[in-house]
Amino acid sequence: MDKFLTFTIVGLTLAAIYAIIASGLVLTYTTTGIFNFAHGAAGMLAAFTYWQFRFVWGWPTPLALVVVLLVFGPLFGVLLETVIMRGLEGTTDTVKLVVSISLLLFMIALAQLIWAPGISRPLPGFLAGNKPINLGATTITWHQAITIGVAIAVAIGLRLVLTRARIGIAMRAAVDDRSLTTLNGAKPNRVSMLAWAMGTSLAALGGILIAPGPGLEAASLSLLIVSAYAAAVFGRLRSLPLTFLGAIVIGLVEGYLAGYLPQNQYLTGMRIASPAIILFIVLLVLPNPRLRGRMTRSREYFPTPTLAGAIGFAITVVIGAVMLATTLSDPDLITYGRVFPIGIVALSLVPLVGFAGQISLCQLSFAGIGAIVMAHLGAGGDPIALVWAVLIAAAVGAVVALPALRLSGIYLALGTAAFAVILDRWLFNLPALSVFGLFDINLFAGGSVSVDAIELFGRRFDDPGTQMIISAVTFALVALLVIWIRRGRLGRRLLAMKDSEAACATLGLNLIWTKLSVFALSAGIAGLGGALYATQLTSIQPGNFELVQSLQLFAITVVGGIGAVGGALFAALSLYAFLPLLTTLWPSSVRWVGLLPGGAGIGLGRNPNGAVHDVREGFLPLLAARAVLAAMCVAVAGAYVLRLTNVIDNWAFVVLLIVFPVLATIAAGLSKPRAVEAAAGNDEENRDIPLEWRGIDRPWTKADLEQLDRYLGLNEMEFHDVR
Amino acid sequence: MNSLELRGISAAYDRIDVLFNIDLVVPEGNVIALLGPNGAGKSTLLRVAAGLHGPASGDVLVAGRRVNGVPPEELARRGMCLIPEGRGIFPNLTVRENLRMMTFTGTKLSDVEERSFTRFPRLKERIGQTAGTLSGGEQQMLAMARGLATDPALLLLDELSMGLAPIIVEELYEIVAQVASEGVSILVVEQFASTVLGVADYAAILVQGRIVRAGQPHELAEDLSKAYLGA
Repeated sequence: MDKFLTFTIVGLTLAAIYAIIASGLVLTYTTTGIFNFAHGAAGMLAAFTYWQFRFVWGWPTPLALVVVLLVFGPLFGVLLETVIMRGLEGTTDTVKLVVSISLLLFMIALAQLIWAPGISRPLPGFLAGNKPINLGATTITWHQAITIGVAIAVAIGLRLVLTRARIGIAMRAAVDDRSLTTLNGAKPNRVSMLAWAMGTSLAALGGILIAPGPGLEAASLSLLIVSAYAAAVFGRLRSLPLTFLGAIVIGLVEGYLAGYLPQNQYLTGMRIASPAIILFIVLLVLPNPRLRGRMTRSREYFPTPTLAGAIGFAITVVIGAVMLATTLSDPDLITYGRVFPIGIVALSLVPLVGFAGQISLCQLSFAGIGAIVMAHLGAGGDPIALVWAVLIAAAVGAVVALPALRLSGIYLALGTAAFAVILDRWLFNLPALSVFGLFDINLFAGGSVSVDAIELFGRRFDDPGTQMIISAVTFALVALLVIWIRRGRLGRRLLAMKDSEAACATLGLNLIWTKLSVFALSAGIAGLGGALYATQLTSIQPGNFELVQSLQLFAITVVGGIGAVGGALFAALSLYAFLPLLTTLWPSSVRWVGLLPGGAGIGLGRNPNGAVHDVREGFLPLLAARAVLAAMCVAVAGAYVLRLTNVIDNWAFVVLLIVFPVLATIAAGLSKPRAVEAAAGNDEENRDIPLEWRGIDRPWTKADLEQLDRYLGLNEMEFHDVR
Repeated sequence: MNSLELRGISAAYDRIDVLFNIDLVVPEGNVIALLGPNGAGKSTLLRVAAGLHGPASGDVLVAGRRVNGVPPEELARRGMCLIPEGRGIFPNLTVRENLRMMTFTGTKLSDVEERSFTRFPRLKERIGQTAGTLSGGEQQMLAMARGLATDPALLLLDELSMGLAPIIVEELYEIVAQVASEGVSILVVEQFASTVLGVADYAAILVQGRIVRAGQPHELAEDLSKAYLGA
């Protein structure tokens, strides 16, 4: 009985913290419609700041608390709202999510920049020196008592503010209808600023209360808050009472698991992963949200890739890889060789997120599964293991998709994140496991496993150069597959589903099969990428496939342009070529370079089409000017020959590789008038005008009608002759 | 003095033009009816007047002062009251909280409640109920209550009749007539005309973003069907 009470108190303390954090999250989500993934990171920063004030600078506790909770917290919240979140109105869920995920990455990097990781920073709980309070059967520490008391005060305080204060009622009113609040004379910006100020302060409070337990470590502290997210999902991200109830359930489950779960090497990880498991279950049993038509017109626009463009892209990738493989040294090849396998994982996001609009934050987990399959089935270099990697990852993807089928938007993102956490914290860390003595499951063998290079036709592809070329060729082939899907029937279905699930359902499209197939396809591609990644790493461990990396890859792919294969290449190049290159050039940049991915994602709100779109637009004149294009290719080939014959070194070669295309683009721009004249006039004119604007930006022609008929597959004769 | 004056208003959504050079005046104490078929641009015109949508060109004058670019909450505080189409209420707030929202323009809560309940006693019975669970007519009453309770100088009504039983529509327009008799200027938009022509001093027909006809209500009655059928 004593034990039961003790762990009830442990559970209630956790519940109190989760409730505080989750209520802040709900507050900001409901009033502004932005699910703040960085909410936990704000709590993390607050805990570090408090530690700095209280224990480094020796401020008295009340002063440190007041400054963090009542000055920094609200100010930071207002800053987030005015500078970042306000610009996100009218963007899709994906863009909103990427911005807040990037904020999370940025804040983790910022914390690591200010407070170097790896140093022990003890943060004792409140009144840790005092004797625990005796409750007869058990005791409760002052920190626990204070935490529970604070949560009750927060619950009462929030209730009062939201139902009694006029500004609180206006916050809830803004959830229902933002523009109607303005017609009532309320100032909506003030309402959202207050919501973010309060929300961020609550995150800060939760962060300070929770940090003494797990300790001050930026990434784990920021993600620990998944438990709080589960509580918020309990309340469907709306209801505060249900959120508090959810927090109590989750806290108690965690507490009792800590007390009663048998001490067993297989189950320790389960306790750590329990919030994610609960989140997953809550998402499963959550009442099914009804299909709804899309309310807002999105600002994104991804054109259909042309066949010539696709082949050109694939060839360029392969040629680029061959050039790298023949010019770089082995250590460099090992560093930059990661670009293509990770690029394949990024490609897996394109059909899933870009076409179908289904958000997944666990692509590297699928890659991890592919890698494990490669390690075990590919022993000795059997290439069939690649096929198994694809199939098994696809099967797992389908299994994960099953519950996800009924989720969408932010709930789907949370579900996939929970899946990634379950793998990270539990399954990937399992020691070897024998199932009824029949067969062994030996994922990462509790640490790391080695992976053999692929062997084909008696040849072993174990040098980094060949491996890079293999990955690049695979990348190019997968890119072609993705483009082929985009241009075909499945692609149209996926895009239609993204635009309106309700409309698709009424047209008789089987949403379940469509979603299931795109999830399996995407997981299979990720598994393939993971398998190739594994052969390049030669030894893999769970740390190679963590949620944070999935988040980063997701965010940067969206920055590049999630609707196009170029976006995937952009993401892989930026994260695994540009960033390492930067730290090689300026070793001192290693401290702040981690801020870049987050910073790039935060800037996304301004250009939801992605960077690749702009790059493409920039290069369009070059593609039209054939002569200049040919000259550029010859020049690049010449530079490559000079490099191979060692006339110039790598740096000069890289400079030439950048200079030639830039010069060519400028030259093409100058010769543009003639190029346009040469091209068929009508096509050139249509290129800039999307179909839906024809008839508005310029008169509607017969050619447009024919094109529309072609898209719709209508027989012109039987259709138009009726009139 | 004109309560509202629209001078040469054009408006667009993205690149689609919706309104073309509209001139419209609501003299003080008058009821002006704006009629027209679906998609004519009526609601957009009201949104422009209320500051929810910036005009592409032209001026909006309220009580003789140019108010282009003034945010809607500021216009509301200066006595403009737009009851938007659909139900202009907050469905997840209680009736009392909905009434509380009406105090942002400066009216005291006790006044808001007194004025609303004298006109719509039903709302008093439902005071603790969530507004979304009210019947359609009750919801529209609650929305209309803002027009009465906040004592506006200018009332803009968008499709009061939408989705309501004819008898309730009659009732609502009786109240509109009453409010008008107290000297409030009103611009009312409707698709279905007969009821509104009974209360209007003057009416205009908007078709495809242009005012095609304007005059005394009885003069317009016969032109209406033409306008709707596009002949």
